[in-house]
Amino acid sequence: MRPFDYVRAEDPVSASRAAAQANARFIGGGTNLLDLMKLEVMAPETLVDVSRLDFGGIAEDGDGLRIGATVTNSDVAADARVRRTWPVLSRALLSGASGQLRNKATTGGNLLQRTRCPYFYDTDTACNKRRPGSGCAAMGGETRNHAILGTSDQCIALYPGDMAVALRALDATIDVQRSEGAAERFSMQDFYRLPGETPDIETVLAPGDLITAVHLPAPKGDRQIYRKVRDRASYAFALVSVAAVVRMEGGRIAHAAIGFGGLGTVPWRDPDVDAVLVGEKPSAAVFDAAADTLLRGAVPEEGTQFKVPLARRVLRAVLEEATA
Amino acid sequence: MTLDLKVDGQSEERAEAFAQGLLGTALDRPDGVLKVTGAAVYAADDVPEGCAYGMLVRAPGFGAIEVGNADEVRAMPGVLAVIRDKRMVRNAAQGTANAAPVQGVDSADYVGQPVALVVAESFEAARHAAQALQLRTDGGPLPVNPGDVETEGEPDTTGDLDAAMAEAPHRLDVTYTTPSMTSAPMEPHAAVAWWEGDALTVRSALQMLKYNRNELADSLGIDPAKVRLLAPYVGGGFGSKLGIAAEAVAAAIAAQDLGRPVRVVQHRRQVFETVTRRSETRQRLRLAADRTGKLSGIGQEAWVSNLPGEVFQEPVTQATAFAYGAVHRVIGERLERLHRPAAGSVRAPGEAVGVTILECAMDELANDIGIDPVELRLRNIPDTDPEGGIPFSSHMLAEALKTGARRFGWSDRAPKPRARREGEWWIGTGMSAAFRVNVMMEAEARIALSPEGAVVETDMTDIGTGTYAILTQIAGEALGLPAEKVEVRLGDTTYPPGSGSGGSWGAATTGNAVWLAAQEIRAELARRMECGEGELTLKDGTATCGNRRVALADLLDGATLEGHGHIEAGDAFSKVRQSTFGAHFAEVAVNDVTGEVRVRRMSGTFAAGRILNEKTARSQCHGGLTWGIGMALTEGMVHDRRDGHIVNRDLAEYHMAVNADVPPLDVHFLEERDPWAGPLMSKGIGELGICGAAAAVLNAIHHACGVRVRDLPATPDRVLAGLEE
Ligand SMILES: Cc1cc2nc3c(=O)[nH]c(=O)nc-3n(C[C@H](O)[C@H](O)[C@H](O)COP(=O)(O)OP(=O)(O)OC[C@H]3O[C@@H](n4cnc5c(N)ncnc54)[C@H](O)[C@@H]3O)c2cc1C
Repeated sequence: MRPFDYVRAEDPVSASRAAAQANARFIGGGTNLLDLMKLEVMAPETLVDVSRLDFGGIAEDGDGLRIGATVTNSDVAADARVRRTWPVLSRALLSGASGQLRNKATTGGNLLQRTRCPYFYDTDTACNKRRPGSGCAAMGGETRNHAILGTSDQCIALYPGDMAVALRALDATIDVQRSEGAAERFSMQDFYRLPGETPDIETVLAPGDLITAVHLPAPKGDRQIYRKVRDRASYAFALVSVAAVVRMEGGRIAHAAIGFGGLGTVPWRDPDVDAVLVGEKPSAAVFDAAADTLLRGAVPEEGTQFKVPLARRVLRAVLEEATA
Repeated sequence: MTLDLKVDGQSEERAEAFAQGLLGTALDRPDGVLKVTGAAVYAADDVPEGCAYGMLVRAPGFGAIEVGNADEVRAMPGVLAVIRDKRMVRNAAQGTANAAPVQGVDSADYVGQPVALVVAESFEAARHAAQALQLRTDGGPLPVNPGDVETEGEPDTTGDLDAAMAEAPHRLDVTYTTPSMTSAPMEPHAAVAWWEGDALTVRSALQMLKYNRNELADSLGIDPAKVRLLAPYVGGGFGSKLGIAAEAVAAAIAAQDLGRPVRVVQHRRQVFETVTRRSETRQRLRLAADRTGKLSGIGQEAWVSNLPGEVFQEPVTQATAFAYGAVHRVIGERLERLHRPAAGSVRAPGEAVGVTILECAMDELANDIGIDPVELRLRNIPDTDPEGGIPFSSHMLAEALKTGARRFGWSDRAPKPRARREGEWWIGTGMSAAFRVNVMMEAEARIALSPEGAVVETDMTDIGTGTYAILTQIAGEALGLPAEKVEVRLGDTTYPPGSGSGGSWGAATTGNAVWLAAQEIRAELARRMECGEGELTLKDGTATCGNRRVALADLLDGATLEGHGHIEAGDAFSKVRQSTFGAHFAEVAVNDVTGEVRVRRMSGTFAAGRILNEKTARSQCHGGLTWGIGMALTEGMVHDRRDGHIVNRDLAEYHMAVNADVPPLDVHFLEERDPWAGPLMSKGIGELGICGAAAAVLNAIHHACGVRVRDLPATPDRVLAGLEE
């Protein structure tokens, strides 16, 4: 770990200012950042601690909900309103990490958790995400927990998280305070960046840009499911996960928003998959068509071949349950 | 004086007649409170005045090492030294090596080999500087994958297995693989070293001090008499702390160079690489049987690997040699020299993976013939050791199978797979036999009995297994003292050399040495009581002979009485075959959509001679079953196919079973005394629980959903591949 300066932010504006310099980072719960700093995968010179900033906790906002960036994963998961109206979010959170980690992890930090690609973690190997231009040791290596969607010839690293997958299905938005002070709101779609030629750039955020809140609109579907497949019963990242928010009307699918984890380089949602479903009567053929659409552009590596059939089976099971 | 015993034959039962009633009870660990309150001082928990901190640096590739920037690193704040000393060791010594492992830092034989030590005023400065040290290697590719090299060694052949296979009405010929596995003890490997003149003291995390002292001295080129090792508390070992490891040697060298104490703790990622792993195996199983299931042929050939220069070869088939009777046999290992991190003992070397795969094959055979898997085992229990024709010291397999089946409710089982479904889940049950060779080593112990109580001293270790508890019980039982009056001191080479902890032999071997030391004291007390030792009753600090009762304190008259015990294995370990036995049963649920497996219940019935402490023995078996679940479902080190390095070298990515994976575990002990196993009649229990446990789970998966996973672990993708067919 490289020596660093530690600043405890007094308010959002000074936090942003302090973090706007090169090689400064915010720290929330530190559950991801500190691990990476110990290995010098990330080596900021300044840490700006935002974990004590009050962004208003969890508050109703019209018929939606606003979740402050520093609310812990445990508190979001346990919130009665979340559990009643946005249960897919609560389930996604509870399926992730461990109780201890969720008690520390913040909403903002969770959104920005980085890939678990083992080569990203190994500073003795090449990684375009860690050291742009150095190459990708994962390709041709061990790839069981890599992405099959949204990859590029520079990077196949998986976005590992659960919460953001549910947020995608809920059409959540992210409030950001730009370092120069302006507030901006991003859709999940716009917030994350595909690796392309620049896998080191993962989101729209520039140095000093501070996540202040996540906004949940009123859910468009009352049938909400989060299903996560993993190697052990707890404390493992998703092999595949599906977040579904569905509404049925007159025996037909009136609304379908499906998020995917374990598959993409970013929390995944494909509007074409939703479009295949909306307006249809639930059937095996429709579900298969949705899976075909999802997986049409999949580029599995040797280690991730299994994700293709697994994603299909899990999507089908989730849709059967959601439309029953 | 010392009471010596070479165990050549059967012992007489003595403890039964003793009065204290401490032996065998579920005594709480005397060290338990210290451990859960943090008061027990583990190797790295305390440092002497003026201590410096070292961090090992790994080789990023193969071949000659070139250091780019040593001077720059030396100039970093707080840095004291960058040490590359040819005495540093390549990997941990093998268990009982008693000599230095392969040494040197000029060139790397595997990716991850420790080739430098950076020492600084603080741990943080040392770690940062270690990360800044630029190492380059110029070595070309070396063989790292099974199948890439010629093999060494051949299995033992008896009779004509090929012919037996050709003739048998039922035959099985299948190949299984198991991945490299790590022991991952909770406490990482750590050492604090300091010199006083030419005398070296190292507090470290070690299992076998008697050997470790010689290994360290040999590594450093000094007289073992000048080395003192301390390991009063060890946070798990599982074989990974059998031999001296990189951090202890490096700490001693650095402390010498700098003239001040040095602490080196391995990072978890280093533990994965530098201490010995369980070798991956490929195992070909051949079974030939008649219509009743009686075996005529048994073949278990295993391919395992290790680095050049290592003598250890995973003894995959050591229990297969005596497990089942069959005339025609091909049993043994072939070794491949691969440039992966060194392989060595990990909990139950041999049986953990060998019995597991044998027992999977037995399940396949039972299924093919259409007979009950328990029945198949019962029909093949040999009368004598099929290898040497010698009798078994005791054979408890049949009783374990029958008792285990009853406890589990096996008789309700559907004969065919895919018979039970609950929603998306297939439910099935499976079983396996358990075998583990019983080994005795050599050990000495000393007891000082004073009016205050007894003090037991041996350099034996407690690696979390409960040694403090059982030695307290053994001494207390023999001397008629309650547990509070017995103090056990371990983990210091100034005490008499014990057996160390390994191979499940610690409790019986060192326990018997303590027992003998107590016998010596008993003999002297009897003399003072003017009666035969057999007539002497010791209980709660009083001695009774006939109608004469004297307080021990009076008998001692203010002085201390010393007893020494020395035990070693003799002919009793070659005249008869000694083994422990057991039976595992498991119920699993397999998800038809995802291939996920959940173990719903598990039961193990075990026979290991006298159980010295009901509670610590049970804990060992719980651990064994839990490891079995991990082996069956989640555990495996992934080696990069290009350079063999361990890709998933942390506890987030190397998946051992977590609480949610482990259902309630039923553990039952069969009442047994094995007179051939020494005066205590007790055999090793530390590893039996893992032997075959994974097979019960894997066989249950097959019974649940019809999928046979032959490449471990049975992760969802592998089960799914079967479900998709
Ligand atoms: C062993 C292990 C298992 C895990 N398993 C799972 C799992 O199964 N599923 C899952 O989803 N997650 C899992 N996690 C990841 C966990 O969810 C994340 O570590 C956690 O959510 C990160 O939150 P944090 O507040 O600790 O972030 P930090 O580590 O503090 O920060 C992460 C990043 O976010 C930035 N940041 C923090 N707050 C803000 C802000 N307000 N604005 C802008 N930037 C900010 C930091 O600069 C940093 O780059 C696991 C983690 C571990 C260690």
